[in-house]
Amino acid sequence: MRLSSKTADRLAGWLFIAPQLAGSAVFVFAPLCMVLWYSLHEWNVLADSFEFVGADNYQALLDDPSLPSVLRATGIFSVGLVVFNLSLALLLAVLLNQRLRGLAVYRTLFFSPVVVSLVAWTIVWGFLLQSNGGVNGLLQAVGIEGPNWLRTGPTAMVSVIAVQVFKNVGLNMVLFLAALQGVPGELYEAAQLDGASAWTRFRRITVPMISPTILLTSIITVVGSLQVFAQIAVLTQGGPGTSTTVLVYYLYQQAFQFHHFGYGSTLAILLFVIVLALTLVQWQLRRKWVVHEQ
Amino acid sequence: MRMKTALAVATAALLGLTACGSGDDPAPTDTGPVSLRMTIWTANEAHLKLFNEIAGEYKAAHPNVTEIKFDSLPFDTYTTALTTQIAGGNQPDLAWILENSAPDFVSSGALVPLDDTLKKTPGYQFEDLGASPMKLWQQQGKLYAYPFSTSPFGVFVNNDLVKKAGKPTPAELIAAGNWTWDTALQTASAVNAATGKAGLVVRDFDYKSWQNLASFWGGWGAQAWSADGKTCGFDKPEMVEAMTTLHKAIFTDKALPGPGVSADFFAGDAAMTITQISRASLLKNQFGWDLVPLPKGKVGDYAVFGQAGIGVFKKGKHAAAAQEFLAFMTSPANSAKLAAYFPPPRTSQQTAETLAKTNPLLKPDQLQKVVVDGIAKGAVGPSHAGFAELSQTVRASLDPLWQPQADVKAVLSGVCAKIAPQLAKA
Repeated sequence: MRLSSKTADRLAGWLFIAPQLAGSAVFVFAPLCMVLWYSLHEWNVLADSFEFVGADNYQALLDDPSLPSVLRATGIFSVGLVVFNLSLALLLAVLLNQRLRGLAVYRTLFFSPVVVSLVAWTIVWGFLLQSNGGVNGLLQAVGIEGPNWLRTGPTAMVSVIAVQVFKNVGLNMVLFLAALQGVPGELYEAAQLDGASAWTRFRRITVPMISPTILLTSIITVVGSLQVFAQIAVLTQGGPGTSTTVLVYYLYQQAFQFHHFGYGSTLAILLFVIVLALTLVQWQLRRKWVVHEQ
Repeated sequence: MRMKTALAVATAALLGLTACGSGDDPAPTDTGPVSLRMTIWTANEAHLKLFNEIAGEYKAAHPNVTEIKFDSLPFDTYTTALTTQIAGGNQPDLAWILENSAPDFVSSGALVPLDDTLKKTPGYQFEDLGASPMKLWQQQGKLYAYPFSTSPFGVFVNNDLVKKAGKPTPAELIAAGNWTWDTALQTASAVNAATGKAGLVVRDFDYKSWQNLASFWGGWGAQAWSADGKTCGFDKPEMVEAMTTLHKAIFTDKALPGPGVSADFFAGDAAMTITQISRASLLKNQFGWDLVPLPKGKVGDYAVFGQAGIGVFKKGKHAAAAQEFLAFMTSPANSAKLAAYFPPPRTSQQTAETLAKTNPLLKPDQLQKVVVDGIAKGAVGPSHAGFAELSQTVRASLDPLWQPQADVKAVLSGVCAKIAPQLAKA
């Protein structure tokens, strides 16, 4: 049997995307459907019971007294991370876009934490941030008595954000650097001839020209910030109190430590909805933010 | 041909489903090749060597058992990793179980009752197992996990540091009848002031694993909750007094290193540490050391012990073979070998002479006072159904206590307010 050329083309198209589609089906869509299914059940792993409870877990979500503080901690972490990470990455990218001696060394230095194991990185920072650790040792050397970083609420959150920023700022820096190098030099020359200051050139030329990259990095960073886990697990275990108990860590506690797999799955659905909503909002706002989308 | 293939697939699927559906049936006796897996939380070479020796003897006598694997999981996340394996359908055949999660496992129905297998094993001497160590692991008269380790907390002492601070050693204080929490904390404080090293470290506490403090507040007769698990004990006067003493010792007298300060006794960084005898293997004779019982508290002599049990999973692939191996591993002869690291529940082996044979590092007198007397008069540390959730709530509510200006009584009342709903579910 001979296939018509249109059918053959369609079949070839499906065959080309089949590996990707199969991967997504097995590792994304199927687990997503299973999590949705689990969220409708009370699953006690030890007792081996799996009971359909309908929307009970969703009702429990609405009634959960811990959830507001968890969402607040998640929001603080995400905002802190996005602002600190993107600002620092852009600053470093602008600095490293100059003609400096040893430029390659600096770029490698700032990028190197990205390739370090996250857990190893966090464990080392755990030691550095102890009351008698390296950070306070440095502060003491200049006459400052440092706080007990991981043992009080505000400094614990700042510490967790900083550890994450220093780990990943290099990735955003490289993306910004690539974008900066794509900005035509004539634009700056023309602006300079018109008497524009450095700040005006940055605001009126650099930022608009690299806005697609700013959108990309902000989406990656926001989504990444909502998925933070290892740093919390290693550095604070959600404490002191519940000040650094973010959504993913709370989900982990409910499902894997407290054995409430059904409720844990409900929290996973909540996380999915939040990530989806934020990504859609950012995507919609791109028309306003991103120059090339207009 | 196509029809035949479809039929074959359907039949295979049906057989597969039937096999899956038979999970509740009693485990059949294993006749084919058997591979057993036991999850444990130690990765200590000496421990593993002993386990593998016992497993080797068992395999030699049971040719159908081709492999016995001891799967070391990290201690900090042990129960979480174990339950994740169970959730993923990859449960081990046998597992170590921590005392604090014993009520969850024992009441879950996931474990096989062990009495029948142990009693019918020739030469097992089931009646030798002490009632006190077994209590936590039984439900309605059935034993669901074998308490292979009942290990009292004692105080390891760095005598060199104590002498450097010009204080009498704990052994001298004991001889003078003056080994109390007051003198212990004074000694710890003096060492810190004189040497800059830490005074007393409650090992593994780290201002998070609060249950380790039971070895301290037990001296005041305090408990985290009542014996029936329904009433909070954190706001009781004896607990307030104990925690007030501890708070002063940490933040005023500097007898204990504060939050966020690390000090390892076994590296010579502290004068004393509260821990179990299995840690003696970490001593490298870098300094003069001793092991003494917990100091006298307000209630006089007291002891606290930690426990660990071994359970067999009903849904493990080889539940019957696993029970038989457990009976072999904990027989009188092997129990005596395990006593080198894990004080056994066998009454006949809870003697200083027996323990000394396999504990060359410790003197009979130390073993008698800390281990034998400790098991006899001690109480097991905190445990409760739903312990992980309860423990997390206590940890979070106790955090404000670890500040210099903390209002101890208010914080402890706050702990009770938080955990009361969870205790009420018990």
